[in-house]
Amino acid sequence: MSAATTATPAARGRVRRFAGPVRRVAGVVFSVLLTFLGLTCVTFVIGRVMPIDPVLAIVGDKASAETYAQVRAEIGLDLPIPVQYWRYLMKVLHGEFGTSVITSHPVLDDLLHVFPATLELSVLALIIGVVVGVPLGVFAATHRDRWQDQVIRFVSLLGYSMPVFWLGLVGLLLFYAKLGWVEGPGRLDVSYDDIVPTITGLITVDSLIAGEVEVFWNAFWHLVLPASLLGYLSLAYVARMTRSFMLAQLNQEYVLATLAKGLSPWRVVWVHALGNVWVQLVTVIALTFGSLLEGAVLTETVFAWPGLGLYMKNSLFNADLNAVLGGTILVGVVYIGLNMLSDLVYPLVDPRARDRW
Amino acid sequence: MSARPSIAPAPDTLRAWLLEPAPASRGQARLGRWFRGWLAFRRNPLALVGLAIVVALVLMALFAPLLASADAAVHQVLEDRLQPSSWAHLFGTDELGRDIYARVVFGSRVTLTIVTLVSLIVVPVGLLIGLPAGYFAGWIDTVLMRLTDIFLAFPRLVLALAFAAALGPGIENAVIAISLTAWPPYARLARAETLTRRQAEFIQAAEMQGASHLRIIATQIVPLCLSSVIIRLTLDMAGIILTAAGLGFLGLGAQPPAAEWGAMVSTGRNVLLDQWWVATIPGLAIFVTSLGFNLLGDGLRDVAGGRG
Repeated sequence: MSAATTATPAARGRVRRFAGPVRRVAGVVFSVLLTFLGLTCVTFVIGRVMPIDPVLAIVGDKASAETYAQVRAEIGLDLPIPVQYWRYLMKVLHGEFGTSVITSHPVLDDLLHVFPATLELSVLALIIGVVVGVPLGVFAATHRDRWQDQVIRFVSLLGYSMPVFWLGLVGLLLFYAKLGWVEGPGRLDVSYDDIVPTITGLITVDSLIAGEVEVFWNAFWHLVLPASLLGYLSLAYVARMTRSFMLAQLNQEYVLATLAKGLSPWRVVWVHALGNVWVQLVTVIALTFGSLLEGAVLTETVFAWPGLGLYMKNSLFNADLNAVLGGTILVGVVYIGLNMLSDLVYPLVDPRARDRW
Repeated sequence: MSARPSIAPAPDTLRAWLLEPAPASRGQARLGRWFRGWLAFRRNPLALVGLAIVVALVLMALFAPLLASADAAVHQVLEDRLQPSSWAHLFGTDELGRDIYARVVFGSRVTLTIVTLVSLIVVPVGLLIGLPAGYFAGWIDTVLMRLTDIFLAFPRLVLALAFAAALGPGIENAVIAISLTAWPPYARLARAETLTRRQAEFIQAAEMQGASHLRIIATQIVPLCLSSVIIRLTLDMAGIILTAAGLGFLGLGAQPPAAEWGAMVSTGRNVLLDQWWVATIPGLAIFVTSLGFNLLGDGLRDVAGGRG
């Protein structure tokens, strides 16, 4: 305090300019940590309410009371709950999610192995959603209440209301079984399995690195249907939000002013108004990506896509709780990370938000 | 307060009475507001379609035994397996020879049960957290909103999945799992609505008359929050229905032999290529229902002037 009062005004300004962002970043990091603690609390509780007795699962039901008590103490189940939680938290922070019952690998290894498949699918879907959704939203806003707007709104409302697993099945039925335009479930035909060495885990990228064009096209035609369907669902949300953000912008006076100064309407809409909308869109896009990851459990089940969702689903049905909770934490962390990212990116793209720092 | 000025003639039709610019009683004012809302709502054809779908769904669930035989929904006739649509089986039969039409009709009960139970949990919890946060502000607000933010940042379906996995499959657990992740938006909404009204003069008047905090919240603030909460709830219904159907599809919702739409789609997957109707028709039911709630919610929101 005293240092700040004796400093020159310029230095004080520097301090303030520096302290603002630091405080903001610290705030975001704090809330992220809090959320992470909440998440692990929930997974911890879930792990404890599980009707299966973990001790019994190890010692078997013929074990004596002493063995039972001994194993119970070994796993740490006799400790007070807060201590147990602390130990659990430490394990999670070290990436120890236990061993998967089905694969008998450490859960973390499994997760890292399957995650690229999910990433490949959801990133492409997100790209489709943004590249198509944003222009549609802008177009709907500039044609407010005309038939173009009605059509776009209705199309996105349909996407909003569609159960993703059903859409996937109908898509497979139509485009794969009836029309034969795309390849069926899975990431690759069986005959192409294991040709390309895994580098990034994204088959389309790996096959190009290895120069296997044939594998690339096979992977592409497997990918295109699920990615387009998911892309449609994210498009629905992106277009809808873009439209409402754009409407808010187009009503503002600066739009009228720039038009009056003789700027082309095209430029006003796509450069000036859309430029201001991007800020809010960052959050929407982050949320969309989060929901794509979440929805992976359903989509991957439908498309037999060997990613995180399918892994979690299979673990679920084999009572492999370690794997389910590990997956939950992974999705949760990505989700929280996306939220944080959009909080932090906000002021970078919007000078007005910077002032509020 | 005072009697209506005598210059205006007494309205002679119900419509005129409802649209009376100077209502004579509270009841008239309230009904008039509802009626004006309805007039605005009526102008939106899509919203009317949504309303029709939702009303049809409720009627279908209420009168399910009249529309289809309960027996046909669960009774297995193995020699009638996977029949295509016919007069005897409007939507065909499934892999166990059960009538899909009857199962779709009875499935509406499961869906509506889940949606109703989730609403009954989520709205009170949201209000309970959001109202004090907005009303008392300060550290209460900070703590409650942090808690809300934590739950808001959870992946909904995945968490519901983990819960259903731990608690075991079934409708009750699906409801708990969905509710657990669905309440935060209501808390935020209730807080925001409370904040905008906290400083209003009628609240101050009530305070000066010595009303307790609880009384002010319950009688002054809650009624004003309800309309935006209801709109939000209608819009959320679609999401709740989709999550519930997703859990059902994964085998974590209602258990067989109960007819649940998501689970029906799941069993139909195995025969998708040859008997497409088994999976697609229940899916269509999910789709139409959630579309109905979305259309209705959109319409209500437009009437309320973009609030909520």
